[in-house]
Amino acid sequence: MATSAGEKLSYLRRAPAKRLPPPAERAGIAGWLRSNLFSSPANIALTLACVLFIVWAIPPLLQFFLRDAVWSGADREACLASPAQPHPGACWAFVRAWFSYFVYGFYPTGQRWRVDLFFVALALGVVWLLRLSAPRRDLGALYFFIVLPILSFVLLHGAPFIGLVIVPTALWGGILVTIVVATIGMVFSLPLGILLALGRRSEQPVVRLLAVAFIEFVRGVPLITVLFMASVMLPLFVPEQLAPDKLVRALIGVALFASAYMAEVVRGGLAAVARGQYEAARALGLSYWRMMALVILPQALRATLPNIVNTFIGLFKDTTLVFVVGIFDFLRTIEAARADPKWAAPTIAVTGYALAAIFYFIFCYGMSRYAQRMEARLARAGRR
Amino acid sequence: MPYQPRDARRPRRLGSVAVQLGLVLLIAGLAYAAIINAAQNLSRAHIASGFGFWNNTAGFDISQTLIDYSASSSSFGRAFWVGLLNTLLVAGIGIVLATVLGFVVGIARLSRNWLVARLAGGYVELIRNVPLLLQILFWYNAVLRSLPALRGSITLPGGGILNNRGLFLPRPEFAPGFAAVLAALLLGVGAAILLRLWARRRQARTGAQLRVLWPVLGLVGGLPLIVFALTGFPLTFQAPDVGRFNVRGGLEILPEFAALLTALSVYTAAFIAEVVRAGILAVPHGQIEAAQALGLRSGRMLRLIIVPQAMRVIVPPLTSQYLNLIKNSSLAVAIGYPDLVQVFAGSVLNITGQAVEVIAITMAVYLAISLFTSLLMNLYAHTTAVVER
Repeated sequence: MATSAGEKLSYLRRAPAKRLPPPAERAGIAGWLRSNLFSSPANIALTLACVLFIVWAIPPLLQFFLRDAVWSGADREACLASPAQPHPGACWAFVRAWFSYFVYGFYPTGQRWRVDLFFVALALGVVWLLRLSAPRRDLGALYFFIVLPILSFVLLHGAPFIGLVIVPTALWGGILVTIVVATIGMVFSLPLGILLALGRRSEQPVVRLLAVAFIEFVRGVPLITVLFMASVMLPLFVPEQLAPDKLVRALIGVALFASAYMAEVVRGGLAAVARGQYEAARALGLSYWRMMALVILPQALRATLPNIVNTFIGLFKDTTLVFVVGIFDFLRTIEAARADPKWAAPTIAVTGYALAAIFYFIFCYGMSRYAQRMEARLARAGRR
Repeated sequence: MPYQPRDARRPRRLGSVAVQLGLVLLIAGLAYAAIINAAQNLSRAHIASGFGFWNNTAGFDISQTLIDYSASSSSFGRAFWVGLLNTLLVAGIGIVLATVLGFVVGIARLSRNWLVARLAGGYVELIRNVPLLLQILFWYNAVLRSLPALRGSITLPGGGILNNRGLFLPRPEFAPGFAAVLAALLLGVGAAILLRLWARRRQARTGAQLRVLWPVLGLVGGLPLIVFALTGFPLTFQAPDVGRFNVRGGLEILPEFAALLTALSVYTAAFIAEVVRAGILAVPHGQIEAAQALGLRSGRMLRLIIVPQAMRVIVPPLTSQYLNLIKNSSLAVAIGYPDLVQVFAGSVLNITGQAVEVIAITMAVYLAISLFTSLLMNLYAHTTAVVER
């Protein structure tokens, strides 16, 4: 009885089912399109709107910056509208004519190899420090934070006793100044920021109060006012003969400003270090500074490295503000060249700004990609 | 309270006191030297000190004034208020525009539509990685300055006029009866709030829901409209028209203002978009599944489950973006929009030469705005903190 009922109700599959192809609406390009672009009427409308926008925006841009662009010419005539070119595009000839000014400013022509050498030395330091697979990165840090600043000063400013004539900073300009301001800001803001962050977490009330006051004050005011203060008030506060150079004043302003933001980033990293690490370091009998240098800071800085790089991105963009205190950084040199009557044409402004945008975008986007890679790496490392 | 690695049983060392004392002495010494130097340098340059200049006649013109101001009779103090109001004007409108744009882009980045998400992502990456100053200069010099001159003015739908001297909109003219419309609006909003409160109470007490949407719309929109019609439409628009040498009438919007506002809104919106995206992603997926399991429809799920939790994450960084926008509005100085920095730390500083006082006042204003906002922020964080059990 039971067996016959069991046979009748047999639901046990003894052979594997035939394998079916994936549902047609989910697989392949058509499936991807359907699920990502055309899943509902509203989605179809959105997709169409986006396609229309792209068709409306991209071809004219390509046409302006590439197809109709003027690549060579001696003066504005080349970039003006004429019967031969009724709608002239971007005037790259202007960029070519002014290019060395954009890079070096008024740095003397015969001495520009020094700037080139500085760029190479800096690039070496950056790669050494940032490439995680590079050999002897401890030496790299030493090179970047000690050797490079001295080398750069000797190269750029000059040292008469080894035959390098002094080039006053008033002649510096363009990308050189942008890179110098950004690098000095980064090199000084990190150690200063670490000190301020430690000060803010210090158990000594006076130290803590000073650090908090400095950080909150600087973060509460715009960089422009800090730069104004550095350029207008600083000369008042020191004896007349000690008044620093214009560029140095701006550098001080930028470095102090960035260090307050860096302090908050480092503080976040310090807070991420587990309490047991402090206790373990203390149990080993380490002094405060050895504990910080050997145990806490390496972990804190690593944890917050993406944020440090993001602060550097902000700093790099903020270097453009030295513009307002009369220093010829990259953006300012473009503004100056734009005013040249020899190149007065309607397309000059757009061309100059496009060049600047490409320059800043490459640097900032590169840094942000690096920060994202580091973040992913740290997430992997923490996942054990 | 951050963790303080300190052994409570260990007496405070003498060294620590010495370090602090030394630090205080060092700071005091530096401040003293700075003051002495400043006094010497100022007297050598024959620059007065103190705030006596505040009431002196300014003697320079300002291109946009929200309050009465004239170069010949107004004081430096008046110029300060003009500049501050201009800063608050551009920052206030900029915050509204940046928030709207930022929320749209931030939500678009999370769209299931691949193209929409990519476009929003491209916007954020492009805008965030280009300096704000460059964007301001671009809008001002490359876009607004290249608009047609007076003769070729573009007429916008609705009667606005756009040319390289700025944007001219129809100027609203209020007849005396308009006060009644405003009163009706206030009354309507108040009544709507009361109605909603009552509906909530009733729902909490009896469980019966009351649909308040239409009554609220009627109170807020309908009531003022009825009063508007009854008082004989006390609002007219005076359209600008192009004369031979300038645009006559209308509400003038300076190209500097338009460029600064556009650049600030577009730039800050990119950062707000990232804040919004992070906030929405921070809501655990289990919350959405739980809401679906309870049978909530997507609109109610958004309103009751996702938004309240996301806002808790969004609001603190959003506030700091607002503060950034206010501080960034000081870049107005690069294109000559008469904000606080341009008027006060620029013109007034150059005329009086009193750098210390002028910069100190300017910084104090920004600092006050920042600290006040932080205070509000802390209050908000306090009231919305998750109650842990």
